[in-house]
Amino acid sequence: MTDPVLDVRGLQSEFRIAGRWYPAVRDFTLAVEANETVALVGESGSGKSATALSILRLLPAVGARIAKGSVMFAGQDLARLSEAEMIRLRGEAIAMIFQEPMTSLNPTMTVGAQIAEVIEIHRGSTRRSAMAEALRLLEEVRIPAARQRLNDYPHQFSGGMRQRVMIAMALACRPKLLLADEPTTALDVTIQGQVLALLNELKQSYGMSILFITHNLGVVAQMADRVAVMYAGEIVEFASVNKIFEQPSHPYTEVLLKAMPRVDRDSAGLEPITGQVPGITALPVGCAFAPRCPLRQPDCDRHPALAPLAAEADHVVRCVVRAGQEAAV
Amino acid sequence: MIRHVIKRLLLAVPTLLAMLTVIFVLVRLVPGDPAIAMLGDQATEASLQAMRSQLGLNEPIHVQYVDFLARALSGDFGRSMTSGRTVLEEVLQVLPYTLELTAAALFIGALLGLPLGTWAALRRNAWPDYASRIISLTGLSLPGFVSAILLLLVFAVHLRWLPVMSAAASDPVDHLRNLALPALNLGIIMAAYITRVTRSSMLNVLGEDYIRTARAKGVSQTRLVLRHALRNALVPVVTVVGLYFGTLIGNSVLTEIVFTRPGLGKLILGALTSRDYTLLQGLMVVFAAFIITVNTLTDLAYGLIDPRVTYD
Repeated sequence: MTDPVLDVRGLQSEFRIAGRWYPAVRDFTLAVEANETVALVGESGSGKSATALSILRLLPAVGARIAKGSVMFAGQDLARLSEAEMIRLRGEAIAMIFQEPMTSLNPTMTVGAQIAEVIEIHRGSTRRSAMAEALRLLEEVRIPAARQRLNDYPHQFSGGMRQRVMIAMALACRPKLLLADEPTTALDVTIQGQVLALLNELKQSYGMSILFITHNLGVVAQMADRVAVMYAGEIVEFASVNKIFEQPSHPYTEVLLKAMPRVDRDSAGLEPITGQVPGITALPVGCAFAPRCPLRQPDCDRHPALAPLAAEADHVVRCVVRAGQEAAV
Repeated sequence: MIRHVIKRLLLAVPTLLAMLTVIFVLVRLVPGDPAIAMLGDQATEASLQAMRSQLGLNEPIHVQYVDFLARALSGDFGRSMTSGRTVLEEVLQVLPYTLELTAAALFIGALLGLPLGTWAALRRNAWPDYASRIISLTGLSLPGFVSAILLLLVFAVHLRWLPVMSAAASDPVDHLRNLALPALNLGIIMAAYITRVTRSSMLNVLGEDYIRTARAKGVSQTRLVLRHALRNALVPVVTVVGLYFGTLIGNSVLTEIVFTRPGLGKLILGALTSRDYTLLQGLMVVFAAFIITVNTLTDLAYGLIDPRVTYD
């Protein structure tokens, strides 16, 4: 197997609240292989977006920091690069698309200029050739009548079309890795399907890897090769997409799947998850999910490590009960 | 865009008419007989009567109103009662000085205010931020005539770098030297306003999603500010500059007096002290028209800055 495109080890990102540093992302270890889509799944506040922003070093300059860990990408540790080196890398080797297509584009620049800017910055192209490439990209993401729309402003586009513009912008320099932070959450379901299909297709033709952040398990099934389930800033389970759906092993993953409506089951069987994700200022000492967990045991007061299930090195779970039991057998 | 321009220009027309009407009414609300005011209380009844008919005061009020509107729109505001020259001549003679002073003040204000406000926003809650807030607060709370006298004392009297009196000069360098202190005086106040608005508007814009998008594209800090943030932050700044123009005119009157500089301010003062009613009435129209023009320009500037404004 070749080296992973992205190899994050022991990442801890912290925010300063009332003078103290609290971790939003803890002990985050995950590798994304070439041309693979890894989904990061979890409730709001579980640290998914903070993880993506940490990788690209886009956390606020004041009041946020990467406290521990390494982010290996193309032989460099992004956590230790200078800001100038990161600027060269952003949008070039790693691109990112965001949740809100309505507010993520600059309202005073034409979409053509916004796409061309990436090419001008990183390739040193002239405005003319960058605009020609921007047109090609708009056609590639299937904006109808792309040539006429090149000089339109974002407010003249619908949400789905704006997200296509965002994708065109992200692809402009053929990045090796795309960080997609809930790119379809704000879109209608039909548009969502189209955008996801487009992303899958472009992933193949561009040979990209995608780190796909979502809270929507339906989207996970459609997009992901492997899935990392996050809870309170940690990965609690990491496995292939099939194993996550067929053999969810962390109690949180189980309740997450039970809380998802499915057409093949009666909606009466839906089980809402009781309680809330603990805030980052009030994390439990032991397992973060223990207060909401149906399988809670005295051992859960110890903080569990991410451990493989018995005989399955590629299915890891952060649970004393599940991983511990299987290991003890 | 062209539709937007036409719409804005058409909107200025009713404003202009309303303003002329208010001035017409105001002038006629002033107690006392204009003929007596002009000729003095020793004048004979016959000469007063002649003056009234010359001024058209014997006509019915609606005839006077239509006549006033027609004359005003053709630029005829009558003759100054003290100099005998037409009001238009009087105004046009000093207007360049006032325009020059206002433009220079605006230039200085933007030149100081935009970078200072932007810098403060980028270094929020660090020393550049506090420094800019103290400077702008000082600028805002210092009355224009006080700062004018301070500038005079320091730069003209004490350091002797610049002239005390700033009358007209044919040499371009002397001309600029004459302009420097009055323009600086008005420019500092302007800069104080612009700094404050730029700072808060810039802080808003820097928190926007599209700024994060730009950073994710690999846009450098300088380019981020100049290409992405500044233009979006400019709309509130233009609004404040437009609104501030009224104050600027008030301050320019005081500044022109302190620096003995020709201009509309000096003209107003002269008209007031010599009770030159026709000149005053003409000046009211000129100032009001000036403000309406600035506001129309402000509206048009929105369209240039933000494409969403002109989009229907």
